[in-house]
Amino acid sequence: MTRAAVNGGPSDVRRRGAGRGNALLGLAGLCGFLALIEALPRLGFVSPDHLPPTSSIAAALAEETSDAAFWTALGDTLTGWALGLLIATAAGITAGMVISIVPYLREATASTVEFLRPIPSVALIPLAVLLFGTDLRSTLLLVVYAAFWQVLVQVLYGVQDTDPVAEETARSYGLGTWARIRHVLWPTALPYVMTGVRLAAAVSLVLAITAELVIGAPGLGARIAVAQTSHAVPDMYALVAVTGLIGVLINAGARAVERRSLAWHQSVRGEVSP
Amino acid sequence: MLDVRALRKVYEGHGRHVEAVRDLTFSLDAGELVCVVGPSGCGKTTLLKCVAGLLEPTSGEVVLRGQRVTGPPPGTAVVFQEYGRSLFPWMRVRDNVELPLRQKKHVTKARRRELVEHALHAVGLDDTAGAYPWQLSGGMQQRVAIARAVAYEPEVLLMDEPFAAVDAQTRADLEDLVRRLWQELGVTVLFITHDIDEAVYLGERVVVLSSSPTVVQEQLTVDLPARRDHLHTRADPRFTQLRTRVYEEIQAAKRGGGVGGAVAPPQPLDKMP
Repeated sequence: MTRAAVNGGPSDVRRRGAGRGNALLGLAGLCGFLALIEALPRLGFVSPDHLPPTSSIAAALAEETSDAAFWTALGDTLTGWALGLLIATAAGITAGMVISIVPYLREATASTVEFLRPIPSVALIPLAVLLFGTDLRSTLLLVVYAAFWQVLVQVLYGVQDTDPVAEETARSYGLGTWARIRHVLWPTALPYVMTGVRLAAAVSLVLAITAELVIGAPGLGARIAVAQTSHAVPDMYALVAVTGLIGVLINAGARAVERRSLAWHQSVRGEVSP
Repeated sequence: MLDVRALRKVYEGHGRHVEAVRDLTFSLDAGELVCVVGPSGCGKTTLLKCVAGLLEPTSGEVVLRGQRVTGPPPGTAVVFQEYGRSLFPWMRVRDNVELPLRQKKHVTKARRRELVEHALHAVGLDDTAGAYPWQLSGGMQQRVAIARAVAYEPEVLLMDEPFAAVDAQTRADLEDLVRRLWQELGVTVLFITHDIDEAVYLGERVVVLSSSPTVVQEQLTVDLPARRDHLHTRADPRFTQLRTRVYEEIQAAKRGGGVGGAVAPPQPLDKMP
């Protein structure tokens, strides 16, 4: 059988070795990129007013990190991001499960979902300002709207992927609705949910920064806007780099959670599916 | 114990009208092991799903212990052919076997653990409780599915071509396992298969289905000794006679007649195995 366990087998070791090599290459690429940014303004290809060299961005970053206001802004951004993501995830999972389980509800809601989903969250900025002004709630509205659909749609797909044999097995052993949700539908949907949450986490960050930039809700986005208007170009770049770093950390964190909770899934368990 | 009465199932939808089962009537006594055999596409799985309460018959009824089956009846366990899909890949073997027991409110945690251990021991899988199903071979996975049914302590065990997807050697072992468990547990077993040898080897009685539109073609009592093994039972002349008889019935069923009846068509005896 091809399904025999191969965890920790030679292919695993090889993959890990290749991973280390790739990481080194990636690091080299990043260093090259930073060196390029250092070189371009110094060699006069671009004005340092538009793109300051890496070293001055780094200096600005160091200065930022010694400023308490920076940390407050970072905290505000992360609060908006995390709270929004949490609300969107909880709402998306609940709504997705209810829509999947209640007969005919999926069909009844499909066209509405397809209509609401493509509305760009930024189109709601005027509404957010109207309702909440420059409050954190404005950020939350945009973040939740953008992230909710990502999670909802994945839950809908995930539950639909339930194996009829698994479902019949559960029914034949007398599992009730709640037990079937918990032991069959939820684990089946979980890989999809994880993908949805990972996408939602990235989108949430985009929307959190956007809301702060455009509306002026407190956070890194607002600080970037301030740096721009006060012509502190290296600070602006430093803050942009910080948002990028947050994005990287969020994605890495989401992947780690995914791998841990889906150890049983064929995408993670590291073997050839038959 | 288990009565199937005038069971008929028609699938409708997408402009199609498929009569999977036309008219099935047979019954099982308590503690009996009955094999249902029939040509492919004759609605065996439909029959099993109706008996398991997973599918509603178009007409007729299934009666279990005097109660009409309208949903999955308590005390009934099903072993499906697709073991890989019937076991939950996100649960370890132990949890897979235990899950149905957790639905039984009166079974304590200690008792559950005992039942799981005992069931895994009964199918010869003592050391795999902590493994995931997908780490096991096909035959072992089907053993886990059988252990899950055994731990459930069912009165009726329904098996839907459970060994159709395993290799011949594993299959012989699993057939012996089913007979042993049946004898030890005193459970009523309805075993569905397309394999004539398997039906005769396992069953105390064989119900032969006709091809679609499906009716009961014939019922045969298997008067082989209770203790059976592959080496001797299959060499027994009586075994050969019985399997020839079932084979004839199925061939006749395919032609739409009966063997030995008034309307029996001539038998091509030279083509018999």
